[in-house]
Amino acid sequence: METSTSHAHADESGGAKRAADAIVPHMKILVIEDDLEAAAYMTKAFREAGIVADHASDGESGLFMGSENSYDVMVVDRMLPRRDGISVISELRKRGVNTPVLILSALGQVDDRVAGLRAGGDDYLPKPYAFSELLARVEVLGRRKGAPEQDMVYRVGDLELDRLSHEVRRAGKEILLQPREFRLLEYLMKNAGQVVTRTMLLEHVWDYHFDPQTNVIDVHVSRLRSKIEKDFDKPLLKTIRGAGYMIKDEG
Amino acid sequence: MTSRLRLMFRSTAVRLSALYILLFAICAAFLVVYVTAMSERILAQQTRENLVQEIGDIQRAYDRGGLNGMLRIMERRARQPGANLYVVAGPTGEILAGNVASLQPGVLDEQGWTRFPFSYRPFSESGPEREHMAIANVIFMENGLRVMIGRDLGEPGRFRGIVRRALMVALTIMGIGALFIWFGIGRNALKRIDRMSGASQKIMAGDLSQRLPVGRSGDEFDRLSESLNAMLGRIERLNEGLRQVSDNIAHDLKTPLTRLRNKAADALNEDDPGQRRAALEGIIAESDQLIRTFNALLMISRVEAGSIAAEMSEVDLSAITADSCELYEPVAEEAGLRLETSIAPGLKVKGNRELIGQAMFNLLDNAIKYSAGSQGEPLVRVVLSADVTGIRLSVCDNGPGVPEEKRAEVVKRFVRLDASRSKPGTGLGLSLVEAVMELHGGSLRLSATNPENAQAPGLTATMVFPPLTS
Repeated sequence: METSTSHAHADESGGAKRAADAIVPHMKILVIEDDLEAAAYMTKAFREAGIVADHASDGESGLFMGSENSYDVMVVDRMLPRRDGISVISELRKRGVNTPVLILSALGQVDDRVAGLRAGGDDYLPKPYAFSELLARVEVLGRRKGAPEQDMVYRVGDLELDRLSHEVRRAGKEILLQPREFRLLEYLMKNAGQVVTRTMLLEHVWDYHFDPQTNVIDVHVSRLRSKIEKDFDKPLLKTIRGAGYMIKDEG
Repeated sequence: MTSRLRLMFRSTAVRLSALYILLFAICAAFLVVYVTAMSERILAQQTRENLVQEIGDIQRAYDRGGLNGMLRIMERRARQPGANLYVVAGPTGEILAGNVASLQPGVLDEQGWTRFPFSYRPFSESGPEREHMAIANVIFMENGLRVMIGRDLGEPGRFRGIVRRALMVALTIMGIGALFIWFGIGRNALKRIDRMSGASQKIMAGDLSQRLPVGRSGDEFDRLSESLNAMLGRIERLNEGLRQVSDNIAHDLKTPLTRLRNKAADALNEDDPGQRRAALEGIIAESDQLIRTFNALLMISRVEAGSIAAEMSEVDLSAITADSCELYEPVAEEAGLRLETSIAPGLKVKGNRELIGQAMFNLLDNAIKYSAGSQGEPLVRVVLSADVTGIRLSVCDNGPGVPEEKRAEVVKRFVRLDASRSKPGTGLGLSLVEAVMELHGGSLRLSATNPENAQAPGLTATMVFPPLTS
């Protein structure tokens, strides 16, 4: 239902294929997953998105590969043979490996997410999930494009967002945003050039950790879009069908 | 019968009553021994006092009438029935006069009270002479004679006999009574346990609607049965939910899966790249929807199983309500509706913010979805209020509503009214809300917003939270 976004910019390329446009720089990730079929699908889909994915099928070899090689992101299944995913992460952290970790879990409970993040995970995705959701999160964790954390002003094209004064300008013209719209735009611009899913927006802007199920996020995004694009020719905020949103200067 | 008896000895009730009998018998024996000892002491005391008086009399008789006077009075007294013992002995201890035939040697060697009861032989009128026990006081006179005045202890001995017999009788009666009670309790308990295990065997065989028998006495067995029955009720509900889920999953997922398959077949047959792409995107959208449905189902099951209970803390319900309304306000506006709120500030409940938030999202989503395009007033009202009975969070719409007889139905998984089939949705929204409320010890109540308006009665969904007790 939510995919029927009838907005002006719903014409971008969609699905996993989108990433094959070679703009995505190479990223190297490690997938620790005991379900071989799921892992094979994942590594293939990541490769199509321009990401090199190594695979480990149990906790011990995952721990070994994770501490011997340097990866941009690790995707760790919660339940693994020989060593539990949570234990792999805490052991990696103990060994000083600070690679961002995304936890995949079939349990998908609130406690489970908290336990995973407490052990040193950086993000959490319950199964079943859409691959586009996983891809978007891995790319954001890899953080090859987004603005550095310490930047006080985010810029995308002629759009500027000042994190201190909470001012937003486009081509020098001030745009007035509601507090929530500001946070929405801030998160999108922080991850400029990367796909941000609706679930990620709900997580970071509203602090709820579940799939919004409906078009509620789309309505907020379209409001924001009309504010930042109404009087300007060039669209910045794109809808990535089947995945989410991306803010990007097509330059 | 022997196996029954063996079973009975194994039963806790019987073992306990045996233990009680033993303890009681020990206490009773102790009591009897104590009472006997005490009464013997009192009797001995009385005997001594009696003897002291006797000695005084004899002394006075001697003072007044000399040896002869004393002997006379002793003779007279000795002849009375139940008389004391009188002995007048020479300096060497040979008995000169009195009503005693012989004495245990050494009794007359010391002046004053005999230290222990001693044996003696009285003059008996008939039959063989028997040994008697007595206590006595011995007086050494100036002329070398020794006078002993004593009392037979036959009486205290008889008293002890009576007490012993009484004790034996009492213990026997107690033992027999205990055996009866023991048998009664054991048999009763066994019977009830048999009935309980009979019922549980039926339950194990798969009939979850069976319940354990509950008597009227409200005793331990009944309380046990009641709590086991409550447990069975919960298991039955969970099981029923599970069965319903699997049935409904099979049934309701068939449709989208068939759609998915058809779209895949279309995509395969499509030659035009644009059309094929559109078909593939449709497949992705359809799969996403399926994933959502699965996620919602899993969520409901987990909430119902209570496994998220660990994450409960004090949360600000007013803030959650305000956040949800803020989130949905543009959605309502886009649907041509006003979202009106009346939120009492600072209301807190013990709960899980994520779950309450999700329940609230579901209610708002429903309200907006079903109000849009209805004939009622284009308004969704959210009211959060509290009183002593609880905290109420209501979402009221002016849509077509739910007929009263269908209200219990629509909270079930995948149940959707025919009229709403055309609207998007999984049919799981209210199921989750209800599960969440149950987890929070509250309830979900459905009512009509405007019962008098037949065209658009509307639906008011109220989440009732128990009051926060600190």
